[in-house]
Amino acid sequence: MSEQKENRFLPYLREDRLPHIFCPGCGNGAIINAFLAAMEKAEMDFDNIAMVSGIGCSSRIPGYLNCDSLHTTHGRALSFATGLKVANKDLDVVVFTGDGDAASIGGNHLIHAARRNINLTVICINNNIYGMTGGQISPTSPKGSFGTTAPYGNRDAPFKLAELVAAAGASYSARWTTVQIENLVLSIKEGLKNPGFSFIEVATQCPTYFGRKNKLKTPTAMAAVMKANTVFKSAAERMRAKELEGKIVVGEFANSQRDEFTEGIEKISVEKSGKKTIINSAFESKL
Amino acid sequence: MAQEFFIQGNEACAKGAITAGCRFFAGYPITPSTEVAETLARELPKVGGSFVQMEDEIASAGAIIGGSWGGTKSMTATSGPGISLMQENIGYAFISETPMVIVDVQRGSPSTAQPTMTAQGDMMQARWGSHGDYEPIALAPSSVQEFFDFTIKAFNLAEEFRCPVFVMADEVVGHMREKITVEDDIEIVPRKRPEKSDKYLPFKNVENGTNPMPSFGDGFNIHVTGLTHDERGYPDTNNPETHDKLVQRICDKILNNRDKICSVQSENCEDADIIILSYGSPVRSVVEAVNRARDEGKKVGYIKLDTPWPFPEEQVVQLSSNASDVIVVEMNLGQMYYEVDRVLKRSANVHLMGKIGGAMPTPDEILDQINRIGGN
Repeated sequence: MSEQKENRFLPYLREDRLPHIFCPGCGNGAIINAFLAAMEKAEMDFDNIAMVSGIGCSSRIPGYLNCDSLHTTHGRALSFATGLKVANKDLDVVVFTGDGDAASIGGNHLIHAARRNINLTVICINNNIYGMTGGQISPTSPKGSFGTTAPYGNRDAPFKLAELVAAAGASYSARWTTVQIENLVLSIKEGLKNPGFSFIEVATQCPTYFGRKNKLKTPTAMAAVMKANTVFKSAAERMRAKELEGKIVVGEFANSQRDEFTEGIEKISVEKSGKKTIINSAFESKL
Repeated sequence: MAQEFFIQGNEACAKGAITAGCRFFAGYPITPSTEVAETLARELPKVGGSFVQMEDEIASAGAIIGGSWGGTKSMTATSGPGISLMQENIGYAFISETPMVIVDVQRGSPSTAQPTMTAQGDMMQARWGSHGDYEPIALAPSSVQEFFDFTIKAFNLAEEFRCPVFVMADEVVGHMREKITVEDDIEIVPRKRPEKSDKYLPFKNVENGTNPMPSFGDGFNIHVTGLTHDERGYPDTNNPETHDKLVQRICDKILNNRDKICSVQSENCEDADIIILSYGSPVRSVVEAVNRARDEGKKVGYIKLDTPWPFPEEQVVQLSSNASDVIVVEMNLGQMYYEVDRVLKRSANVHLMGKIGGAMPTPDEILDQINRIGGN
């Protein structure tokens, strides 16, 4: 067997936490690589990145990255991230979340964070299923798909997350799949550089649960279906609703600047106190 | 020079927070606590602080945990339904050892019940509201001055023991107006930052239980999780020993420091046959009732719990050592009563005078209770 090549992103990882918990064929590894590549392309200072996540497979990602990381309660990552960013707006705060975490239990926080246009970069890994708890349907499960809690097929219509977040006011929103890694990298880079709420949805494969329940047992089978169902946004705009059923529309859904939340807080502080919001004040005995 | 103000309880709480160094408040409007948020929305920008009205109380609790790890003393304020919503994130704050202050201006409950009326129905929720084992600190102010003082004390305790601290006020204390005095030399406890050179472990099993805490961005690259974690903060969920050590330390750091945390005030207990035990706004009626009973020559005293949690067991036992009867006056159908009964049942008859509905127990009602028991 040939010698394994060392991943060039290894210096960014907490090596003492490996091996990770992700299943063979999971998209999380590719997405971590895409994030780190985007982070380098955006010329970010990795030491200035703080990560926040909720509960679920994707939310375990910050635990493997060697930066300050806050692994919070289910669905609430964006509220913790809001507090962290407000407390120290100099930090580059990145949130990893999943479809269940962000869109079901955390749906309200998602639309409000987008409404505020707070400068966070959210990477939402959408595998259309609850993986951590063993294959229950999620708010993005396609109609008719199967899960352990939908043994006769999912009856509910799925959320279109990137569109939802764009409508809620995010200044950057995009969707790609694990099949289009290069576009994903560019989008994450855009999101990291965008001084506002940035939401990057990544449609990904979960062969262990979604695949097994939906007759797509291998990661390659899932990738092939994902690729076949992908429609670029520009093409989708010329298609009828009926034609778009079951398709994954990829592209950017929002990319325009508007006032950012923590800048607004700082502006009021400057107006009222003559100084910027104080950072690390907890360590002071006199303020 | 000490300064004097004639202000509302909720305003005094906000003023206490700013004095204590709070520079971040996240909250959601709810009666009867809203003036805390309103005052801080106005005042925090004047001192370089931040105010955020969140989308709900779950988000408010989450935001102040994030704010605290961001290096800022952080607080939220709420009432009944809001404290119910916050409980999951409060549990997270306990296991992640996050200093923060939660103010609960209690109102009639359960559910939405009586938004504008006073009550003390959340005392056990402060103790046991989130799932699992932990030891909370809770302070209960009886006056506007105490609402100011105890808010500062709550921040100091939160930093000293790296944990959430509750201020369990009630509608009467929140909405009444009184004169307060703000001294010049108020003690403020700053957060302890770890040494850069250290082989720092944020969740180390240290003797006194409390580790210093860096903020995110300090370069320690720490991992904070609500999962059972080892001394580095890394998840270790299937190891019974890791879980036992972690949760035991989180409990012990409070329980082993009860002498530093617990506080009671008392009067006339030495020779008392009957002791009235209370906390929060009902103490005001208790003091009046005890004074009148003494005027009538009755051997009656009172104990006021400044810190319902951790329960000041030793102080209550010692102060009640000569009493035959103890009456617990509280605005619920029996919460702290069971705790008093637990520690005193071998030495005294413990009676509950629980009043709900939103009207304060009056001195006359308390005197009636004293007479019924037979104070002489």
